[in-house]
Amino acid sequence: MRKVFGPLAAFTGLMFVASPFVVARAPFESSMGIVSKIFYFHVPSWFAMFTAIAICGAASLIHLFRTSPRADRIAEAAGEIAVVFGLMGLVTGPMWGRKAWGVWWIWDAKLTIALLLEMTFISGVLVRKYGGPGSDKLAAAVGIFGLAVTPFVYEAVNIWRTIHPLTSVVPTLPATMAVPFWYCVTAYMLLLAVLLMLRVNLGKRQAALDELYLAYED
Amino acid sequence: MFFRTAWLVLKKDAAIEAKSWEVLTTTLFFAVSCVLIFSFAFVKEGRAVEDAAAGILWIAIAFSGTLALGRTFERERYGETLRALLLAPAPRAALYVGKLLGMLALLGLAELLLVPLVALLFQATLFARPLLLIALLAGGTIGFCAVGTLFAAMLVRARSRDVLLPILLYPIIIPVIIAGVRGTAALLGATPDEPTAIMWIGVLGAFDVVFVTLSLWTFEPLMTE
Repeated sequence: MRKVFGPLAAFTGLMFVASPFVVARAPFESSMGIVSKIFYFHVPSWFAMFTAIAICGAASLIHLFRTSPRADRIAEAAGEIAVVFGLMGLVTGPMWGRKAWGVWWIWDAKLTIALLLEMTFISGVLVRKYGGPGSDKLAAAVGIFGLAVTPFVYEAVNIWRTIHPLTSVVPTLPATMAVPFWYCVTAYMLLLAVLLMLRVNLGKRQAALDELYLAYED
Repeated sequence: MFFRTAWLVLKKDAAIEAKSWEVLTTTLFFAVSCVLIFSFAFVKEGRAVEDAAAGILWIAIAFSGTLALGRTFERERYGETLRALLLAPAPRAALYVGKLLGMLALLGLAELLLVPLVALLFQATLFARPLLLIALLAGGTIGFCAVGTLFAAMLVRARSRDVLLPILLYPIIIPVIIAGVRGTAALLGATPDEPTAIMWIGVLGAFDVVFVTLSLWTFEPLMTE
């Protein structure tokens, strides 16, 4: 892990440094002008959040049924990272909405559901912080339920009439926009991997420190 | 064995409740106060805002349900009886089902009071399609109680459990509440919108299946120390 981390972090950093130039070269979308460029940061952050949710849910399941501290650390890290990427999506979304719809926020199905997912994973972080001993299992339950609800809430968008651009926009992008878009998605996924490794390592050190304290007290 | 255990847990809780009526009376009172509080927000010049009745009904159910969940398990914690229950040589999932049935009965009673009250106070035509309304209420209540019972049970051992129960429960349960509110609101108009209500009943049914399955599956490892 440690050997991969340095080069991976450096590469991700380079991709992010280059990303403004890549995005700047993409053509303007006809109706939205420069605001449409938010898309290159907004959509990948949601992609990253959904990936983090999937990792968190899977690790939570393993921890709940096998009691693996390693899986617990991964679930903890992925849960926190899901909150971070969700926050990024929730900040960039209203910026676009202000221009496209004239308001920062509307109670549209997709926005409501995005906020809901964010709240679910924040509650997972809160229970870890304030739940006391045994809260790792509680947080695992939140992770599993969060994962179980995600496809539902995603589907609900298709039931409701929504004014948010549909998910079908992505496969129909022209090549001049698709290339920078997938570049950004890759950069975000790498960022997710880097953050996950960092956070898991931090958790590992915290656990080691706690063990040392316990050994010292005995 | 399974259903017998669930039945025994339900009977035990009912017997304890019948001695003091503490949880039932406080829940009913709180449900009525919820309706009252929200009526201030949604009544304009003597008339309620359109669709407000549906929202008020479901908020009252969710809030009073949370209160009841907290109290029910606080009682177990206070007597340190949950540990004894878990030590019993019975399937853990059966304990969960017993608790779930108890909560459903309690909230069912609360709804028996709430629905006529909301219909009366907000001139809401809630009884135009009684079967659809019952299906909506049943679907929503099962979904709410399935997750609520699991979370309340696992929070018994946690610190600051009173605060954490609504914090954990609401984000996960909001889709159920939304489905309940939209379905009920569809029934409220001058001509009840049956297809929409049936669609939401389907959504609630799907949530119930997922939540109950997931709860039955995770109850055992969650309650293991």
